Amino acid sequence: MPTEEDLVPRVDPEAVPSDTLTVLGRVPAGATREEAVAHLREAARLVRRRDIQMIRASGLGHVGGEFSVIDILITLYLDAMNMSPELLGDPDRDRFILSKGHAAAALYTTLAIAGFLPPEQLGTFMQPLSQLNGHPARTKIAAVEASTGPLGHGLPVAVGTAFAGQLDGSPRRTFVVTGDGELQEGSNWEALMTAGNHRLSHLCVVVDRNRLQQGARVADTNDLEPLADKLRAFNLEVVEVDGHDHGALLDVFANVPAASGKPTAVIAHTIKGHPISFMSDNVAWHHKVPSAEQVAQALAELEA
Amino acid sequence: MPTTTEAVSKTVLHDCRDTWVATLVELAETDERIVAVVNDSVGSSKLGPFQERFPERLVNVGIAEQDMVGVGAGLANGGKVPFVSAAACFLTARAMEQIKVDAAYSQHHLVLVGQSPGMAYGELGPTHHSIEDLAWMRAIPGLTVVVPCDPTETAQVIRWAAAHDGPVYVRVSRMGVPDIVPDGYTFAPGRALTLREGKDVTLVATGTTVVRAVAAGELLAAAGVDARVLHMPTVKPLDEDALLAAAAETAGIVTVEEALTSGLGGAVAELLVRRRPAPMRFVGVPDTFASTGSVEWLLDHFGISPDGIAAAAQDLLSK
Repeated sequence: MPTEEDLVPRVDPEAVPSDTLTVLGRVPAGATREEAVAHLREAARLVRRRDIQMIRASGLGHVGGEFSVIDILITLYLDAMNMSPELLGDPDRDRFILSKGHAAAALYTTLAIAGFLPPEQLGTFMQPLSQLNGHPARTKIAAVEASTGPLGHGLPVAVGTAFAGQLDGSPRRTFVVTGDGELQEGSNWEALMTAGNHRLSHLCVVVDRNRLQQGARVADTNDLEPLADKLRAFNLEVVEVDGHDHGALLDVFANVPAASGKPTAVIAHTIKGHPISFMSDNVAWHHKVPSAEQVAQALAELEA
Repeated sequence: MPTTTEAVSKTVLHDCRDTWVATLVELAETDERIVAVVNDSVGSSKLGPFQERFPERLVNVGIAEQDMVGVGAGLANGGKVPFVSAAACFLTARAMEQIKVDAAYSQHHLVLVGQSPGMAYGELGPTHHSIEDLAWMRAIPGLTVVVPCDPTETAQVIRWAAAHDGPVYVRVSRMGVPDIVPDGYTFAPGRALTLREGKDVTLVATGTTVVRAVAAGELLAAAGVDARVLHMPTVKPLDEDALLAAAAETAGIVTVEEALTSGLGGAVAELLVRRRPAPMRFVGVPDTFASTGSVEWLLDHFGISPDGIAAAAQDLLSK
């Protein structure tokens, strides 16, 4: 069996580039669906490039779970959500919480390409005194709604945020992305009960269903199935989608609230490490740091 | 001269929970942001009047403390001023990480109201006692820890917390306490209240134990000892000036609390060791789980009584 290292070409370790991320901003108003999807696809490509460079530069990070969630983040921030840097002070704008806070670099790069963070700040990721902690902190970045990192925190906070909007009769929607392994934390199910019973229709729970957790397959650890049935039993409207298909994600998010009197649950089927050949669906890439050669290989694959 | 807890309790006593809810209702009348979040604890938090007046602003998540604190943080994120109220034992222990991350690290304007703390649930035993909370809560950066001593101060603390843009933990006891603070008193975090001037030794109490420290001061006076008596309403931040003055001007400090002595006692000791070492005695619960029994019996059992406090002061002075 070839090792991972055998699968990638030998390159100069000093040759790892550091992109200056271009701020693409939101999909332009009036764009056709094809144009919107092309915009999101290019943004996701640039974000994955910058993300893996940041992981390599800091020597730490969670590249696998970042590559599984990036298409979801990009679709939300650059099109689906009523959210932009100018709207930060608007109480009726949409809200976003990344409950799987270990995918922080994916959030930071998405915020940068959307114009919430200066792209050059990405170079400080996990450096001493940086605002870009290994896990996102709401006190350090204006666009971050909740400090996350320990799993099972984002969903209850999202429920409270949605509850406040419901009390105010606000049109704002609250989106929260959880990992799938993360749903083993009981606090999520406490929060899902509250969300379903209080009919928080403007809450959208997105499960990044990549089927891997840190040490093994979710199914081999403490299985979640039948996940859709469980969520339906908690009074959520469940939608399943290919979490890497920007057009399909756009359709799903545009339809939130998906049902009257029910929160929406989106089970986004994803692949950890997508689309890099040697990372995809490979449990080794939870928080493995790529070698310079592996970065080069990944960047080459992202050009293809 | 009162010499036991029983004698102390002969004055008119108040349940500070009545004041807490009356104050919350009053604030909510004019501030739409105020909401209450509970874990099926409407009764034990005495929130009935709030629920009756503002049914839609009472968020009951059921018996789910992690969700309760997380939802509270989310409500704050959504522009509300949440008062998260539950039995102190469950609120602090079950939702510790949510208090750390969602409330304190996130620096939300969120008020955590720990009901019936200490050994208020005496007979129910150590599972329902909350003697660890002061030590736990004061260890969390950015969290203000308040232990009001009577109804007037409780009302002031609730009003202050409604206006303070940051996370707060407030203990509200069901155990009867008399009126203690003088007319014109204004609560401020980090400001002690001197209840008796004295030059020989200093008694520093908080919350339900303040009345016992005052009585101990009288016992000591009868024995010829001139004790200074301070109420420390915030375990964090401490009134450092008042404590350093006491350490300089009297023979030492006796801390008094309805908690493990690693709460107020530990906090005062850390300050003195750093700034002005002085002899100390610690009145509270030692490193043990308490027995079942009435709260009055338990307080006397651990020497959190006028006699016990006076004895601790005499011991300090004798060495």
